[in-house]
Amino acid sequence: MLASEFTDFMQQVVSGLASGGIYALLALALVIIHRSTGVINFAQGEMATLSTYIAWALIAHHAWSYWPAFAATLVLSFLGGVGIHRVVIRPVERGSVLRIVIVTIGLLVAINGFIVWQWSGEPQQLQGPFGTEVYDIGGVIVSASDIGTIVVALGIVLALWALFQFTKVGLALRAAAVNPNEARLVGVRVSWMLALGWGLAALLGAVAGMLTAPTVGLDPNMMAAVLIYSFAAAVLGGIDSPLGAVVGGLAIGVLLNMLSFLSQYDAFGWFTEELRLPMALLIILAVLLIRPQGIFGKPEVKRV
Amino acid sequence: MVGFVAFAAFVVFVLMLPQFVSDFKAREYAYVGIYLIALLGLNILTGYTGQISLGHGAFMAIGGYTTAILMAGNEQFGGPVSGGLQDIWTLPIAGLVAGLFGLAFGLPALRLSGLYLALATFAIAVAMPSTLKRFDELTGGGTGIQLFGLPELTGSNATATGDDFTAPATFDVLGVTFTQNDWMYYLAWSIALIGFAGAWLILRGRTGRAFRAVRDSETAAVSSGVSLARYKTLAFGVSAAYAGVAGGLFAIASAFVNPDTFPIALSIFLLVGIVVGGLGRLSGLVVGAIFVAFLPLWAQGQDLGSLLPDRIIQGDTISIPIIGDFLFKGTAAPGGPAIVYGIVLILLMFVLPNGVAGLFHRVGQAITSRRYSRSE
Repeated sequence: MLASEFTDFMQQVVSGLASGGIYALLALALVIIHRSTGVINFAQGEMATLSTYIAWALIAHHAWSYWPAFAATLVLSFLGGVGIHRVVIRPVERGSVLRIVIVTIGLLVAINGFIVWQWSGEPQQLQGPFGTEVYDIGGVIVSASDIGTIVVALGIVLALWALFQFTKVGLALRAAAVNPNEARLVGVRVSWMLALGWGLAALLGAVAGMLTAPTVGLDPNMMAAVLIYSFAAAVLGGIDSPLGAVVGGLAIGVLLNMLSFLSQYDAFGWFTEELRLPMALLIILAVLLIRPQGIFGKPEVKRV
Repeated sequence: MVGFVAFAAFVVFVLMLPQFVSDFKAREYAYVGIYLIALLGLNILTGYTGQISLGHGAFMAIGGYTTAILMAGNEQFGGPVSGGLQDIWTLPIAGLVAGLFGLAFGLPALRLSGLYLALATFAIAVAMPSTLKRFDELTGGGTGIQLFGLPELTGSNATATGDDFTAPATFDVLGVTFTQNDWMYYLAWSIALIGFAGAWLILRGRTGRAFRAVRDSETAAVSSGVSLARYKTLAFGVSAAYAGVAGGLFAIASAFVNPDTFPIALSIFLLVGIVVGGLGRLSGLVVGAIFVAFLPLWAQGQDLGSLLPDRIIQGDTISIPIIGDFLFKGTAAPGGPAIVYGIVLILLMFVLPNGVAGLFHRVGQAITSRRYSRSE
């Protein structure tokens, strides 16, 4: 390979890791919710968008600076997630799958509508905190925002991992997800743990949204495509596996960029930008058909 | 017996309705009929066989594009289809093509259930617009296919072309003068009634029992000798065929198709419509169809934020631009209607898990059982 092709390739890998980091965050949110409550939260993207709008409003309308707004948004998103679980999800948790799907769809529609109602559908600007510098590493041009995104995404994932592994709350969360009845027997307040799970998922979504907005632009449908890529990541990695979500997210980010890179060659010339989304969907379908539990998941066994 | 009388009354009502409402309303009610056809299909899949589909808009798209391609014929594409086909004759073909895609999807979907199936069908519905844009030699890409003024479109030869809707077109069929909107209404509803009869026939027999067995317990069904593969795939094929016919009618009514005519919002709204209306019963499906066609408009009438009535009339279709707008375009819609819609949806799921039809049924039972129960 020519040197210039190699640097192109590496650039695509790096930016693939950055967008993959975002997908990993949202996929992790989906996994946490699915593991604890058995629900696929179709509204996850909208919740993330709402959080991002809140951050933007703090920065643009109330003159907060970036990191305080970031922190405040995380807190608000967490509380919002907990609230949504208690108010909207808990009543229908035990019902039929269809009911739950409709409820999360209702959330999706209502949140999207609220965003448009409150802030209009006009695209907005949210500056990232990382600046616009680019670094030259061995000929590969890497932007500060890509690096910052990767660092933040992985940092949050590690923090979450530490929470789950090393704290009492984390233990209780895991217990409630794995076996709610036995967890109750040892004193875990399961329904609050589930609400906590939703809060954490909302927090992850908020970070994902805030990392997405600087490059993609802030508008009400900003996270629609990201949500699909995150579904693909969660399914690929295993919808009940947090490790799978992260690996899946990074893999999808890099894979899509690889296809873009390869499309300059005849063999892959059919791959156009419009096909990114269908490609992710194809991955979802392929995984569901070939190995539904994903790479790291455990197969679902039905007992008769 | 009661059911039969009620159904007969309903048929009479449907046939008489255009006499009593304005031409414009007839067009709206025609869309209710179209959605009813799609919901009849979705009901077979989700209500009777228990498979969730968030992708029926995609099957409608297949039907709609089939109709459009067959009607536009050689003129636009220099493609293999020569000449155009009269609009109604494209409908069985649209249904067949969509049905085949449904069968094709049903086969691999055997491995999926519940949420995973919902996710897979969601994926298909989201991918459909982009896929349609990609294969632009066949589908006309982003601009889609225009059917305006084509002689194959019934009623178009007599009229106003382009955007002039002020004078309703009239034309004669079998010696009766119809306006174009009335024609659309009758076409949609006759097919809906035929579709209902067909569904009823399918569902009352062995096939229907097999479907319900699959829904209630796959393990038990298999143990009783019901072939899961055959019936699940069949359900997908049949319901996709219904959606295809609905999509074809949609294309005829709107006189154009483009990738945004069948957005993910449509698939979502169809599932929502059927759950809100109530799975299984015809009354529920009619309520569901009304819900899909009208709630977005009703919600828009609530004074939340600014009201933009000209947006409603702008498109050729009445409902889909609104649906598309407030879910995934957002720029012109005020957003308030969507909030109302979402909250109504959530509340309905809390209060009426069996849908509106479930409510009717309970009320109806309360009335009739009092009459027929014995006092001991």
